[in-house]
Amino acid sequence: MEVKEKKVGLENEEYIINMGPQHPSTHGVLRLVVALKGEIVQRVEPHIGYIHRGIEKMCENLTYQQIIHLTDRMDYLSAHINNEAVCLAVENALEIEVPERVKYIRTIMSELTRIQSHQLFWATFGMDLGGLTCFFYGLRDREKILDIFEESCGGRMIVSYNTPGGLMNDIHPNFQNRVKEFLKYFRGVIHEYDDLLTGNVIFQERSKGMGVMTLEQAIAWGLTGPTGRASGFSCDIRKHNPYSAYDKVTFREILYTEGDVFHRYLARMEEMRESMNIIDQLIDNIPEGPYTAKMKPVIKLPEGEYFQSVETARGELGVYIVSDGNKNPFRVKFRSPNFVNLAPLNLMASGSKIADLVAIGGSLDLIIPDIDR
Amino acid sequence: MEFSIYDFSSFTAWIDQSLRASMSPGLAVAIEMLIIGVVILIFYAIVGLFLVYAERKVCALMQNRLGPNRVGPGGIFQTIADLVKLLFVELVPIKNADKILFSLAPYIVIIASFMAMGALPFAKGLHAIDLNIGVFYLMAVSSMGVVGVLLAGWASNNKYSLIGAMRSGAQIVSYELSVGMSLVTIVVLAGTMQLSEIVQAQQYGWFIFRGHIPALIAFVIFIVASTAETNRGPFDLAEAESELTAGFHTEYSGIRFAFFFLAEYINMFIVAAIATTVFFGGWMPFNVYGWEGFNKVMNLIPPFIWFLGKTGALIFLIMWFKWTFPRLRIDQLLTLEWKYFLPINIINVLIMALIVLLGWHW
Repeated sequence: MEVKEKKVGLENEEYIINMGPQHPSTHGVLRLVVALKGEIVQRVEPHIGYIHRGIEKMCENLTYQQIIHLTDRMDYLSAHINNEAVCLAVENALEIEVPERVKYIRTIMSELTRIQSHQLFWATFGMDLGGLTCFFYGLRDREKILDIFEESCGGRMIVSYNTPGGLMNDIHPNFQNRVKEFLKYFRGVIHEYDDLLTGNVIFQERSKGMGVMTLEQAIAWGLTGPTGRASGFSCDIRKHNPYSAYDKVTFREILYTEGDVFHRYLARMEEMRESMNIIDQLIDNIPEGPYTAKMKPVIKLPEGEYFQSVETARGELGVYIVSDGNKNPFRVKFRSPNFVNLAPLNLMASGSKIADLVAIGGSLDLIIPDIDR
Repeated sequence: MEFSIYDFSSFTAWIDQSLRASMSPGLAVAIEMLIIGVVILIFYAIVGLFLVYAERKVCALMQNRLGPNRVGPGGIFQTIADLVKLLFVELVPIKNADKILFSLAPYIVIIASFMAMGALPFAKGLHAIDLNIGVFYLMAVSSMGVVGVLLAGWASNNKYSLIGAMRSGAQIVSYELSVGMSLVTIVVLAGTMQLSEIVQAQQYGWFIFRGHIPALIAFVIFIVASTAETNRGPFDLAEAESELTAGFHTEYSGIRFAFFFLAEYINMFIVAAIATTVFFGGWMPFNVYGWEGFNKVMNLIPPFIWFLGKTGALIFLIMWFKWTFPRLRIDQLLTLEWKYFLPINIINVLIMALIVLLGWHW
């Protein structure tokens, strides 16, 4: 008689769980293969590509005006800033000087985009940590910005407001008033964010000292945006390589040295305040003039390679266009901040608990469609 | 027969006598048990449905929104509609699950909460069974629920469920100690474990006022520890939505899920009811010594209203911190219990014993 040997699990065997692609805390379709030992995360392996649409390849068959609409769908929370990146690249290639009015409006819109993106970050980050009320407070205030977008751009989230050479249409006559109203309102309620989450003992205990990236590591891994600046990496494109109207405003680059979850969070909270200051300086001085430069209906870039980077809410977005002189680009490459920021997840999270993994993932503020493109 | 809403003992005695007059004592007892069972079951369902509705409304209040407002006036029938929906939901069979344990788990959870309900003194004379070790009994049955949670996690054949069950085991076993010790503090003060006597002893002042600071500390620890024991936020690690999807009940659907869901709310009610009984004078009205007129008005309010009112206030407190605090991490949770609550509790009991010995309480 054959004796069946029962296989006994080794004591050190890892417990593998699949977080995602459908999981409440991955904010989309990111799949994390997590090796656990008890509660402790041994290693994390991100598997990406679940929402890959081939945007870069699609761009090769589209005109430059059409590409704008695809960039909305990458980092959908920084839609306006993504548009701007492509527009700036095209404008620089054609050596067009866009009207001052356009520069001002683009900057204001970009900063509003940044604020609403960080509001949503705050909302979902609170939810990741189990504070469900944050979600509603964050969305309540974000709605007001989306209303402003809707009025001027027509769209709420996927705005597609920019076009090479200027804007799709002029701002709504109400725009300035609405923005000023919003700033006044938001300055009044932003302390609620701190009351609800920042000052909470449980929150601080859970986020301080978690997922630390030192300055060297942050630079080595190419972390940008608030994630990089929390580690002390001065990487704000708005400051170092100003585009649009950023050279006309004074603002502070938020830098911390700790590089943990808490300071990534703080960096975003402070950036919201800085963004409001930037809008303050511009909103009353929008110059009169045309809302778009004179452009030919068919845009053909001269042969060559063009690169433009902008500061989205998550970091540096680079647009690299290779043109062979046709109306379609020969090759387009996006350097997306989320893809780069996701890379050191294993480094940050291994050795911590499952709950920390969720907090660290949340603090990177990942937008999955931007990773997969 | 005289009937009064201030004292139910004559009413229950009348039922007992009329039953015994018409049938054999054995049958009378059986019928009485049946009546009590049905009454508690109905009360259980009503409290469960009401608390689910209350939680939605409280959470909506905290979150700046309206909450359910479509089904019935103010949405009061929303939970009933949801329950009906849950009844019709398919019970999804789980591949490779331990079928017996899987279907047994929700019943264990619900039976544990049902048993605790029987020992609560709702009003004078409205008390299904008055055990002389009431406090002890409540602690014993309320910790039975964890068995159901562990079974659910183990039998589901799901990795998230197992982690949830593991966490729940560690958490409930730890916090059981704190709940017990904080109740012991009051038992020392009251000198009895019988719930009716504990309530009666608070006629001239609730224990939270009479027991000086130790009683207050015991209350704070009790409310925190019992929230942890009932798996509610910020201690809902066993079902931590953002980490474990739904923890131990990830694989449950339909009425089995409804059982877990209902048991959570009933456990919250039981915890609040125990706190009311032990710290806030149970069904005793709020009296201030010397204020005759005030006391008279307070005494006019029926005892079960007092009981439900106090319990409701505590439930609101528990909901309040669920909806405003982020969740703790498992190691912080255990640190809180073993490094802070337990030592504080032990010293607290000793101080309380000293106070009772020296007669410093009033």
